[in-house]
Amino acid sequence: MTTIELIRVSKRYAQSKTPAVFDISLKVEKGEVLALLGPSGSGKTTVLRLIAGFEAPDEGTILLKGNIVSEQGVALPPEKRGVGMVFQDYALFPHLNVAENIAFGLRGMARAAQRKKVSDILDMVGLSDYRRRYPHELSGGQQQRVALARALAPDPAVVLLDEPFSSLDPDMCVRMREDVSAILRKTGSTAVLVTHDHEEAFSMADKVALLNEGRLEQLDTPEGIYHTPLTPFVAEFVGKADFIAGLVAGGKIMTEIGCLENTTPFTEGAEVMVMIRPDDIDLRPDPKGPATVLGRQFRGSENHYRVRLSSGQIIHSSQHSVAVYPNDLQVDLQLQITHVVAFDKTAMDQTHQ
Amino acid sequence: MHFPLSKNPSPLLSIDRWGLAAFLIAAIVIVPLAVIFSSVFSAHDEIWAHLLETTLPGILVNTFWLTLGVALGTGVLGVSLAWLTAATEFPGRRFLDWALMLPMAIPSYVTAFVAIGLLDFSGPIQTALRARFGKDGFWFPEIRSTGGVVLVMTLTLYPYVYLLTRNAFLTQGRRALEAAQSLGAGRVSGFFRVALPMARPWIAGGVMLALMETLSDFGAVSIFNYDTFATAIYQAWFGFFSISAASQLASLLVGLVFILLLLEQKLTARMRYTSTRLMRIEGDRIPLYGLMSWCAAIFAASVFFIAFVVPVMQLLIWSISIAGEDLDVRYFAYLGHSLSLGGSAALITVAAVLVLVYARRLNPGPTIRAFVRVATLGYALPGSVLAVGVFIPFAWLDGQMTAYLNRPFILKGTVAAMLLAYLVRFLAVAYHPVQSVMKRISRHIDESARNLGCSGFEMLRRVHLPMMRGGVLTALVLVFVDVMKEMPITLMTRPFGWDTLAIRIYEMTSEGEWERAALPAVAIVLAGLIPVFLLTRDREKGF
Repeated sequence: MTTIELIRVSKRYAQSKTPAVFDISLKVEKGEVLALLGPSGSGKTTVLRLIAGFEAPDEGTILLKGNIVSEQGVALPPEKRGVGMVFQDYALFPHLNVAENIAFGLRGMARAAQRKKVSDILDMVGLSDYRRRYPHELSGGQQQRVALARALAPDPAVVLLDEPFSSLDPDMCVRMREDVSAILRKTGSTAVLVTHDHEEAFSMADKVALLNEGRLEQLDTPEGIYHTPLTPFVAEFVGKADFIAGLVAGGKIMTEIGCLENTTPFTEGAEVMVMIRPDDIDLRPDPKGPATVLGRQFRGSENHYRVRLSSGQIIHSSQHSVAVYPNDLQVDLQLQITHVVAFDKTAMDQTHQ
Repeated sequence: MHFPLSKNPSPLLSIDRWGLAAFLIAAIVIVPLAVIFSSVFSAHDEIWAHLLETTLPGILVNTFWLTLGVALGTGVLGVSLAWLTAATEFPGRRFLDWALMLPMAIPSYVTAFVAIGLLDFSGPIQTALRARFGKDGFWFPEIRSTGGVVLVMTLTLYPYVYLLTRNAFLTQGRRALEAAQSLGAGRVSGFFRVALPMARPWIAGGVMLALMETLSDFGAVSIFNYDTFATAIYQAWFGFFSISAASQLASLLVGLVFILLLLEQKLTARMRYTSTRLMRIEGDRIPLYGLMSWCAAIFAASVFFIAFVVPVMQLLIWSISIAGEDLDVRYFAYLGHSLSLGGSAALITVAAVLVLVYARRLNPGPTIRAFVRVATLGYALPGSVLAVGVFIPFAWLDGQMTAYLNRPFILKGTVAAMLLAYLVRFLAVAYHPVQSVMKRISRHIDESARNLGCSGFEMLRRVHLPMMRGGVLTALVLVFVDVMKEMPITLMTRPFGWDTLAIRIYEMTSEGEWERAALPAVAIVLAGLIPVFLLTRDREKGF
């Protein structure tokens, strides 16, 4: 069952010339977690606010559980949508304790049922011992969980999370990602998560919608986004990517570092740029090798190398944690590409200028 | 299935229930103002002609000397004290820094009657001097003079200049001054060439506030029998029974006040462009030594002594001497009226302020902002002007309704009319503390509440009101105390039998019974101390 559906939605703010969101269509199925990923100003938060009902679209239609909630210029107010939201600053009510914050949206429910619901949710987020605490007496991670519990308590059709981990320190952030994911799965919640961090999107979402300048660049699974990006922008946004020139000939793509099977739609004679991820290339020390090691960054679980090809182009390769090679070492490159991704060369040259 | 979708029309036209309520409040404020201004064009009667010939020239001359004197007096006193307590170190500075704000608690009419009671020909000081030196053995200045009024006004209004300028000196830091010293400017020339010019917008703002209070003052000038617009308006109405002449005078006074208001806005427009870092490091102060430090201490202490200690002591002495006779049922009736009027005005005004603040919260567009601007304009209207401005439309409404209903219908001269006048006058006083708290609440709080199904009045009650408790309480206290001190509106619009403490003071002082005015004055000063304490508590938090 489709929980959220956006059909050709556009939104332009009064002060700005370019639309914040342009012609976006997407669907989120029940129980799915969708990540809206993109750089700042890409319109991801606007999409979230359109779903929540804080903004009305200029064009297009938004449906929640099959009901139209927004149409060109009109919108069902947020308080009537049954959409839960977790904010970056949590926005907990400072004058209410944890239990009261969670019970805030349970008006109209019988007292006993309300109490049971609050207890159940507190158990689930692991904060049963903190029910009488006030928000300022909690740590960042605890506040975050209260905010999630508060949003989940009224059984919303969908939970929206606006950069939920950006105010936590990095260690806490990783733990909270796991915790929040687990809670969302356990409750079978449909959720939309806004983030600019692709690791966060990949680790938490079933589907990722990548936005750039208000447009939807790609809607796919995390693996699909990473391995088969549709545009160079997507390729570069979700991880390190180098592009090397290639020529389609005889069913293969010929490049400086070797031949690849042409599984792309490009035809014979096409000039392309092939995407190379650091984990697609293995280094072998070889005095007659065509490439030179320029530098190494140790990252704990891996070594990240900068390598110069004989043409002068620089590419990157990630190696095992113990594979340590000195600078200026001659190496041979071995390609281990599982997905061949290539883009039109002339189009890319233009955008890079 | 389709939900009923609400329209989201263009922001200029989008006015919901709250916007409508804000519009009505703005309308309530604009009516008295419009009535007063329109009287400029109304027919002139012979009483106006008479006033124009006999009273007006005197009033203008008096007002000129009064404003000039108070501007100079509060300026010199406020700036010098602010400099001493904010930028130098001398014995007793910490105490005086705080104590010099206390005179704000005493209404100028109280200081006025204490000054006359003490320094008049029959007062204790001249009597004692006569006993010592004989009838003509000494010279003593006449207290009932322009100089006397200016002195009293200066002593009660200098805290406005003191407070703002002190803030300016504290925030400008010492770096600019040290830069001047490194360029060869001495301490004195550094003060005049750097610190003082930098603080100019604040000084001007404080002096303008003091002048607005001076122009609207009714109590002090009437105790001195010093004719100004405020007393002339009262006389035209209750002496000559000409409401039209009163409103003509009122329109002139409003004109003067608005000129000041414009000047103030022009002069203080630059205030926001300086840093707000407080001077925290005590070592930054200029230490004064020897004779200098004692001069500073004696100067600051004597201002505090004359402006606060002497009046309060004298009030207490008089009160104790009269308490046996006057502390009776009638006194408690005055007190009861003051408290109940102050209390209800505070509740009504803060309720109106909540509507304005919340309407602005829900719709941050220019329309509501304009309503709020208009609604908070009433503070500029002197009480005597407002009394006239509220009376005229109510009298008109009474006439219309009586004709329509064919039976008597009277709103003018009721408590309702009086409360309405208080509302108009004190909306701005209550607006600022509440709005400043509201501004600090994150927009996400509202959005969270709406996601959880809570909006409109429910959101105000369950979310904003509890979060704004402090600001709302401050607003209630400020209005309550201002209404207790208020004299002209109460005097001119009160229904029969609704005498308050302030009215009692007016009546006793107009008969020269200073001792009997002291007892109600003590209650008012005590109430007046509350907001000063609130203010100093906020200051310790660093504003």
